[in-house]
Amino acid sequence: MKIAITSTEKTLNSQLDPRFGRCQYFIIYNLETNDFECIDNINKDAVGGAGTAAAQLISSYNVSAVISGNFGPNAVMGLQQLGIKMYSSNTNSIQSIIDDYRKENLKEISDATVPGKHR
Amino acid sequence: MIISVASGKGGTGKTLVATNLASIVDDSIYVDCDVEEPNGHLFLKPAIDKKEPVAIPVPIVDKTKCAHCGKCAEVCQFNAIISGKDKTIIFEKLCHGCGSCVYFCPQEALLKKPRIIGFTNTGSFGNNIFISGNLNIGEPMAPPIIKQCLKNIKKIDPENQKIVIIDSPPGTSCPMIESVRQTDFVVLVTEPTPFGLHDLQLAIEVIEQIKKPCGVIINKSGFDNKSILKYCNQKNIPILAEIPHDMEIGKIYAKGELIVNNLKYQDLIKNIYEAIIYQYNKKEI
Repeated sequence: MKIAITSTEKTLNSQLDPRFGRCQYFIIYNLETNDFECIDNINKDAVGGAGTAAAQLISSYNVSAVISGNFGPNAVMGLQQLGIKMYSSNTNSIQSIIDDYRKENLKEISDATVPGKHR
Repeated sequence: MIISVASGKGGTGKTLVATNLASIVDDSIYVDCDVEEPNGHLFLKPAIDKKEPVAIPVPIVDKTKCAHCGKCAEVCQFNAIISGKDKTIIFEKLCHGCGSCVYFCPQEALLKKPRIIGFTNTGSFGNNIFISGNLNIGEPMAPPIIKQCLKNIKKIDPENQKIVIIDSPPGTSCPMIESVRQTDFVVLVTEPTPFGLHDLQLAIEVIEQIKKPCGVIINKSGFDNKSILKYCNQKNIPILAEIPHDMEIGKIYAKGELIVNNLKYQDLIKNIYEAIIYQYNKKEI
């Protein structure tokens, strides 16, 4: 099973990026093999719809869950319909957030945590 | 002739200038393109006889035909479509109604559905015509309503014979550009403050790009006109008028009345109109 975590940099020691749609990178982490890859969030500067674009991007990596700080309304609606679970975490290193996820310490989200933003 | 009254900064006096100008020109058309917060009607008190909805075409998915190929999400420039493995999700409020998804869908699985985002009003005040647009609350996109207002001008005055005064929205983004791009002359209303100057500069950069003749009105004149005058002089942009920082004008405006109804200010507005026509004709030669 794979999960996505929004990250400010490219390693497991990086800090969480608290924005879902406009984060710097997504770390795609495989919980079985402990492998990961880092993908650029190419839509982070989109005028609008950064959240839907990010949902589209991570869904193509077949993740079952995504961890970030905040999710906007369009992102929540999209991820829900795609069947990707959302979890909110405080800022912390990616590695410790993965540990928290394994221990089921993270809060699952079903509503937007921030209002939508238009650039 | 179409005259757009615009500004960079909000609250500089666009509506003050536009409504008063429209009321002194006989047989004019006043068009309130500030569709997010139209207020020209408060001053001109028009009788509205037509209210027409404005819709944009948004896609709907025919689930029996959709193969989830993802082409629609790929071509959408506004990230308004997510294409999942077994689902195609449309975000109507992100959709700009361009129709690319419908055009490119290989399965012809997308249909266009009109979505109402606001309406236009048409009416009259005295011998003049009143047009305004209203964007529904919560809707993010003003340009389709502004475009419809401009079409309504064409319907009423196809030969461009009347004097049309467009009350533009503030700022320098899409709604402002839409409301000045078909115009013959742009009046930029500013105020002598650092914000007024800063946003005037942004507005002039836009006007330079779309190559329209323009002139500047300094409203609330008196604080620090020098910086505005210096900038306009450098750019060779004429100052059409200075409207004094006068408490009485504020009081009349706050009551929802026109300052031209007060003898003291009639010449001020007439002079603004003459200055516009003078500068416009000068640019023509």
